[in-house]
Amino acid sequence: MFILKPRKSVPLSLTLLVPVVAIALTLLMGGLIFGFLGYNPVEALYEFFVAPLSRPDQIGNLLVKACPLIIIGTGLVFCYRANVWNIGAEGQLVLGAMGAGWLALSFPDAQSPLFIFAMSVAAMVAGGLWGAIPALLKIRFRTNEILVSLMLTYVAALLLDWIVRGPWRDPMSFGFPLTKTYPDAGLIPALILPGIGRLGQLHWGVVFAFIIAACGWFYLARMLSGYQIKLMGDAPRAGRFAGFSQSYNTMAVLVISGALAGLAGMIEVSANIGQLQPNVSFGYGFTAIIVAFLARLNPLAVIVAGLVVALAELGGDTAQISMGIPKVVTGIFKGILLFMLLAGETLTRYELVRVVRIKAHQTPAQQEES
Amino acid sequence: MVSPKTSKSSASPPLLAGFGLTKSFGDFTANRNIDFTIYPGELHALLGENGAGKSTFVKMIYGLLQPDSGYFEWQGKPIHFSNPQEARAAGIGMVFQHFSLFEAMSVVENIALALPPEFPKEGLPKLIEQKSAEYGIPLRPHSLVADLSVGEQQRVEIMRCLLQDPSLLIMDEPTSVLTPQETMQLFDVLVKLAKQGCAVLFISHKLEEIKQLTSRATILRGGDKIAEVDTHTKSTNQLAELMVGTKIAAIKPPIAPKNAPAIMQITGLSRPADGPFDTALRDINLTAHAGEVLGIAGIAGNGQSELMDALTGEWRGTQIGVFKKGAEDISQLNPAERRLNGLAFVPEERNGHAAVPSMRLSENALLTSFERAGAVQMGVVNQNYAAQFADRVSAMFDVRRPEANPLASALSGGNLQKFVVGREIAKKPELLIVSQPTWGVDVGAAQFIRKAMIDLAAGGASVIVISQDLEEIFAVSHKIAVLHEGSLSKAYPAAEMNPQTIGLLMGGSTIDNASKTARTISKKTNNRVAG
Repeated sequence: MFILKPRKSVPLSLTLLVPVVAIALTLLMGGLIFGFLGYNPVEALYEFFVAPLSRPDQIGNLLVKACPLIIIGTGLVFCYRANVWNIGAEGQLVLGAMGAGWLALSFPDAQSPLFIFAMSVAAMVAGGLWGAIPALLKIRFRTNEILVSLMLTYVAALLLDWIVRGPWRDPMSFGFPLTKTYPDAGLIPALILPGIGRLGQLHWGVVFAFIIAACGWFYLARMLSGYQIKLMGDAPRAGRFAGFSQSYNTMAVLVISGALAGLAGMIEVSANIGQLQPNVSFGYGFTAIIVAFLARLNPLAVIVAGLVVALAELGGDTAQISMGIPKVVTGIFKGILLFMLLAGETLTRYELVRVVRIKAHQTPAQQEES
Repeated sequence: MVSPKTSKSSASPPLLAGFGLTKSFGDFTANRNIDFTIYPGELHALLGENGAGKSTFVKMIYGLLQPDSGYFEWQGKPIHFSNPQEARAAGIGMVFQHFSLFEAMSVVENIALALPPEFPKEGLPKLIEQKSAEYGIPLRPHSLVADLSVGEQQRVEIMRCLLQDPSLLIMDEPTSVLTPQETMQLFDVLVKLAKQGCAVLFISHKLEEIKQLTSRATILRGGDKIAEVDTHTKSTNQLAELMVGTKIAAIKPPIAPKNAPAIMQITGLSRPADGPFDTALRDINLTAHAGEVLGIAGIAGNGQSELMDALTGEWRGTQIGVFKKGAEDISQLNPAERRLNGLAFVPEERNGHAAVPSMRLSENALLTSFERAGAVQMGVVNQNYAAQFADRVSAMFDVRRPEANPLASALSGGNLQKFVVGREIAKKPELLIVSQPTWGVDVGAAQFIRKAMIDLAAGGASVIVISQDLEEIFAVSHKIAVLHEGSLSKAYPAAEMNPQTIGLLMGGSTIDNASKTARTISKKTNNRVAG
C-alpha cells in the first residue's frame, strides 16, 4: 500500500522541475492519444499550445477568456480558504448577469459613464445575495453548502432561461430568446493599447480582473478580516477562541465569492454579448474551481492558473476549428493537462511512501500508530 | 493497599533485553545506543521528560518502529518484531495513553474487536468476568464505553491485553487520566500481574508513582540512556535531577493574601449538555480574588472543557448577570471583548485551539491580541506589532525557536505551551484563566509556567488554574475547588486539603458543608478507606 506523506521541506529544484515534467507528460500522453485517433500529434499539439499565442489578437482573446476565471477564482479562494465549499459560482455568475441586465434594461437611455459601475454594483449585490442563500441555510439549519450552492446553479440557469423567453424578451427579437441590447453606457469598452491598438477582444474588464486578484491577495495576506477567514478555515476552534464568529465568516466568504462571480457575469455580458440570452457563460463558474485549486488558493497565483486554464480552453477551440478534432477529444486533453498539473502539485508537497501491509486484525490504536 | 516493589530475580534470564538500540528520524536521533533489560515479574519504570525518547523506545519494543541499529533478545533469543501483531503473538501487550475505544459500543464488543480472528468469541463475556475476578479489575462487560469513567475505560484496554496472556505489559503514562483512588486500584492490578510473573514496563514522569510502584528505572534524557537505577535507594529529587540533568529548584508554595478584593464573580452559571458525550454545567458559583491562585481540580470529562468555553465566552448562554467582572456584567461578551476587559485565557488544547499549528508565531501572537491598540490599523494587520510581540513573548518565556518566526508546528510541545501562556501573561491581565497549563510539557517548562502564574498572582492579578494534575494544583493554588459532573464544589483553602479529600470530591462525595473543617474531612476519608 502507498500513502502520501507531507514533505518536511520542498527543495527548489523540485518546485521548478515538477511543472516541466507535468507538461512534458501531458504532451507525451496527448500526442499518443491524438496519434492513436489518427491526427498528426505534432500539429495537434501546435494548435493547442502555440497557435493561441502566435498572433497578438489571440493573446488578447486569451486574456479575455482568463478574465472571468480570475475574478471568480479569486472569490472561490476566499471560500475555500475558510473551508466553505462554494460549488455554485456558475449560478451566482448568472444572477449577477441578471442583476446588471435588469439595470441596463430599466434605463435604456442611460448616458452616464458611471452607469457601468452602477451595473457592477447591481451584479455584485445579486450574485452576493444568491451566495447568501447557502450561507443562511448552513448557518440556520446546518445544511451542506456544497449541495445547496450546486443546486441553486440549476435554479439560476432556469431562471435566466425563463426570463429571456418571457418577461424580459425583446418584442422585436423575432421570437428568439433575447433581451433588448444594452445601452452603450452599459457596455464595457475595448481596451486600446497605446501604440498597438486593439488586441483581439481585449476589454477593460481584464484590467479589473488583475486588480481584483491583487486586492484579494492583499485582503487575505494583510487584512485582519483575511486573517479571520484563514483562521476559521485552518482552526475554527482557535477562531472562536480569538473572538470571531463562524456564522459571520461563512456568510462573509459566500457573499464575497458570490459577488465576485456576479461581477464576472456582468463583465461577460457587457463586454462580449451586449444583451441577455439563455447562455451567458461557458461554465466559467465550474472551471474557476479548478483555477482556484491549481493556484493553491493564492489569489496572485490565480492569475497564472487562470491564464493556463484559459490557454487550454482556447487551444481546444482552435484545434476543433482548424483540425476538426471533436470536442470530446479536446476535453480529454484538457483533462489530462489539469490532472498532470494537479498531480505534480500534489507530489511537490507530498511524497509517495510505501507502507508495509499489516494483517487484518489490529486495534484502531495500532492502525493509528503504524 | 499497594504492596509495592517486586524485586528482580537476577538469577533468572531477562525476559527482554535490548542492545545498542538506535533510532533516528532524519537528522534527529530519538534513541542513541540504548541497552535495556527487564526480567519476568519485574515492575520496571521508563523515566524521562517529554521528548526524551520514551515513546520511540517502547514503539520499537512493540514492533511499531524498527531500530536503525541494535537488536532485542526475547527470552534469550534474538528477535525482530516487524509489526505489533508479531509482538503480541510473542506475548507483549501495550496500553496506549490515548485509548482507542468506540464509545457507542459495549465493553465486550470493544474487546472482541481487538482480538485476533481465530480467538473464540462465544465465551467472551464469561472469560472477561473470570479475568476480572482473577486480577481484581472490576468491569461490567455489557455497559457502553461512553458511560464508563476514564479509569474504567483504561481497564477495558488492560483487559484487551490480558486476554492474550502477555508476559510483558507496557503502560504508557497510565495515571495521567486517573484520580488518586483509581491510581491506587491500577497499582494493585499491576502488582498482582507482576506477582503472577508478568513483567510491567511503566512509562511515566511522575516520580512519586515510580518510587511507589517500581523497583528499577531506566532513565532516558535527550535520546540517551542516562542511568539505570534502583528506585528504592534514590530520592525523588535525585530521580528528577537524573531525568532533567540540572538541579531542580522546587517552586515555593505561595503565601495567601488576606482580604483580597474579588475581581470576578460567577453566580449560578448553568449550561445544558450539547450532546450525549458532553457534560452539563450545574449552578456554578465561583469568585476570583486579586493576588490569589484558584485551582480547579477534577478528572477529565467532568465539565472542564464546557466550563472553560463558558469562561472564555466561546459559549454564551442566555443568562444575564451570571458573570461579572467588578460591577460589569460580561456574560454576553465574546472572547475578544472579555480580553479587552482585562481577562486572558489559555485553553487546554494547544493545537488548533490556543494556537494554530499551520500559522507562524507572529500570526499566533495576533490570535489573542488583535483587539489591542496598535495591532490593527484601518483593518490592516500591523505585521511589525505582531512580530515584535511574538519576539517579546519568546524572549520573556524562553521559547526556543528554530528560526525567527517559525510555524507554530515547528515548536516542541513545551515551547509552544510556554508561548501560549506567555502570550497571555505578557499582556498583564487582571484575571488569567488557564486550563491544563502543563499538559504534555517537560518538567523544566512546567516549572517555568507554574512560576510565571504564581508571579502573576503575586503582582496582584487573579489566576484560575483548571488542572487534572493534583501535584500541579497543590503546587500553585491558594484555594482549591473540585469539578465533578458539571458541579463545582466550594473553594477550600489549599492548606486544608490533601489528595484524599480532593479524591473524594472528585468521586462525587459531598462535603460541601462549609462548617466542616478539613480535619473532619480527612477523618471521613480514613474511615472510608478503612471501610
